[in-house]
Amino acid sequence: MQSVTRKALIDRAAALLADGTVNRVYGWKKGTFAYDVTPALFESAEELERDFVFGDFCGANFSKYLIAETRRKDGKVLVFLKPCDTYSFNQLLTEHRFDREKVYAVGVPCEGMADINKIRELAGDGIADVASEGDKLIVHTLFDGDIELDAAECLAERCKNCKSRRHVAYDELIGEEGTVRENGRFDQVEALEAMTPDERFAFWQNELSRCIRCNACRDVCPACTCEKCVFGNPESGVENKAISDSFEEKMFHIIRAFHVAGRCTDCGECSRVCPQHIPLHLLNRKFIHDIDRFYGDYQAGAEVGSRAPLVDYTLGDLEPGDAVKGGSAHA
Amino acid sequence: MRKCLLEKKNALLAAMAAVSKLYVPVDGADKQAAFAEWAEGTELSKKLNTNRSAKDFFFPQSEDMMKFRVSGKKLEIVDTRSEHEDFILFGVRACDVKSFAILDTVFLVDPIDTYYANRRAHGTVVSMACTRPAETCFCGTFGIDASDPAGDVVCWEDETYLYLTAKTEKGEKLLAALEAVTEPCGDDAADGVKALAKARQEKLPLAELKPDAFGGGKTDAFFNDPAWQSLSEACLGCGTCTFVCPTCQCYDIKDYDTGKEVIRFRCWDSCMYSDFTKMAHGTNRPTQLQRFRQRFMHKLVYYPENNGGVFGCVGCGRCLSRCPISMNIVKVMQKLGGNKDA
Amino acid sequence: MPVTDYKPKIVAFCCNWCSYAGADLAGNNRLNYPAEVKIIRVPCSCRVNPMFILRAFQRGADGVILCGCHPGDCHYTSGNYYTRRRMALLFSMLDYLGIERERTRVEWVSAAEGAKFAATMSDFVETVAALGENKRLEDLRCKA
Repeated sequence: MQSVTRKALIDRAAALLADGTVNRVYGWKKGTFAYDVTPALFESAEELERDFVFGDFCGANFSKYLIAETRRKDGKVLVFLKPCDTYSFNQLLTEHRFDREKVYAVGVPCEGMADINKIRELAGDGIADVASEGDKLIVHTLFDGDIELDAAECLAERCKNCKSRRHVAYDELIGEEGTVRENGRFDQVEALEAMTPDERFAFWQNELSRCIRCNACRDVCPACTCEKCVFGNPESGVENKAISDSFEEKMFHIIRAFHVAGRCTDCGECSRVCPQHIPLHLLNRKFIHDIDRFYGDYQAGAEVGSRAPLVDYTLGDLEPGDAVKGGSAHA
Repeated sequence: MRKCLLEKKNALLAAMAAVSKLYVPVDGADKQAAFAEWAEGTELSKKLNTNRSAKDFFFPQSEDMMKFRVSGKKLEIVDTRSEHEDFILFGVRACDVKSFAILDTVFLVDPIDTYYANRRAHGTVVSMACTRPAETCFCGTFGIDASDPAGDVVCWEDETYLYLTAKTEKGEKLLAALEAVTEPCGDDAADGVKALAKARQEKLPLAELKPDAFGGGKTDAFFNDPAWQSLSEACLGCGTCTFVCPTCQCYDIKDYDTGKEVIRFRCWDSCMYSDFTKMAHGTNRPTQLQRFRQRFMHKLVYYPENNGGVFGCVGCGRCLSRCPISMNIVKVMQKLGGNKDA
Repeated sequence: MPVTDYKPKIVAFCCNWCSYAGADLAGNNRLNYPAEVKIIRVPCSCRVNPMFILRAFQRGADGVILCGCHPGDCHYTSGNYYTRRRMALLFSMLDYLGIERERTRVEWVSAAEGAKFAATMSDFVETVAALGENKRLEDLRCKA
């Protein structure tokens, strides 16, 4: 259950539209079911009233849309940002990817988003509707009546390990500000590091073998903003539309994660959108964890203008040979 | 019609596996169902359908077509064809079975795609009626009856029995090989299950979705509709919808130079990609709106126009649950169809 | 170790200003190092994109070594400092994926260190030979 209501957001957005501060609003649009919420533009109070939603399935991070929004159109766009989205927002600003002057950012608190796949695992196929009641989710199923689930169990993985409920950027905030949180987001990385190389190899082989190279992880990623991706460029020599050999799945995922290393804010969109349910965040978090251990704690997007670890150095940096031997939890 | 006690289903599958390679839906480590080769002890998935569609078996995501080797002035062409083994696909849903018919209209017309044709010839499809459809199902919209699917052999399951009936010659051959593990029954034995399946389909949330506004000859009616702008606005341009879709059939043919030889392979392509059908002059659909429109116009207008009114969508609902931004053909139909009188 | 005639394929990326000159010096001084090493000259060690390393493995390398100027001696002042960070992260990631860490190495070799170059290559080839063929980061199509 979210702490701010849909109505509070609509009222504020409508007021900002009415006084001319903004001429459009990037928000969540209700779908056919409870969970299929689509990012959309709203241009009037009527549209907002009709289609705008805010609830447990509004996970989409709008930061990346600001690149296209501010490039092509005039006037200010209102964008709703959850705390984790504000990190991406800052990171994109650091990289000069959108025009800050054309954006009016409204921070919204987030109590964590539900993962429809987890709900399906617990309640089965045939989810007619999902209602949020306190710390419970009431799932109306097609054939098994209502099923009551513990909302905490249905939280998306990224929200279970939420790093911060504090917004790091906004023009105004609706609701209460949160705090940076203790979290266990590196636990799984460390569990993998503690395995033997054979076990790790088997784990990743199994996970990555499901990849269908749909590129959703890349296309949704707020850090992946190249005009032309090396994997989508026929001239690059590595553009392969399908995985014809298991090497290609490793190459794609190593390079994808490497390219955002030091810039990835750990927003978790990659894992959310993966149609094959590959835990892609475990690759990104490995880089984040290594960067923290090797070069000191660094949170991409925490502030605008900070120097990313891979475009920085110190004279006494760790040697690559020691990075693997001494830097990790495993000997 | 024949039947088999559910507790003897394992023996039935074993008998099928004795005929040829058998693929069944199995839950993977990701808790999603996927077709996997059956072996003694394999546990069948209880999910409604597989995460990926069944088209992979006839039209794999990537397949080698041939190899070239150069030695001196000689060019050798090496045959790499591998599609010569019989197999059985068990548990295919009505929507996916229908998708094979749609792929057939593309690959089995002149000039026949022999890679696809060979796979089709070697595959026997055992379909399964749906008694527990999901909220995302809308095969009925396109005239598919999930209570009575097509297929070489069709199955129904109630609490006690699995019923099988053959619909093609291939299916009769398979059923004949299963006589030892099945027993004959009346042709109306599965009517109860059919009725249940039918009743449930009629109550699905998308049961009222109709395709009547679309079809051949409607290009002008929809092509310049301003709604494409808002529909495609948030599209990421990824290939998820096309790759999970059972009827998407576009592919690219590429060469891979290994240093020793050149492998010519084909792989799925997606009209959502910016380099789709890229040619010397560039790309013919430079904006995501155009690419997005192409996909839905193809399914709802162009395909029926060229194929006697049959739609290029089977309502399996995969894109509904997989699209990263939850935009899908149902929303497109509701929005565009709502603007026009049928 | 059983005697085999297995010879690993090694790719060595060498920076133009130090390590490549170091290899040259090894040659001038008639120092032996294994013929399995194939040198690719790059303008600076930081020219090496992680993709280069992966592509070398794809094309059949069993081990990849990257040599550059000693930290502080980069011809372009700071290139090798960036290399150091990139490769530390990349190698750690390869290890995380279960790929043998001994197949990749970074070594700083100056233009005056012909002997170090030869010794480094001999040692690396021996290490990779002991691991055997690269199976975990191979592209089967390139091995046919």
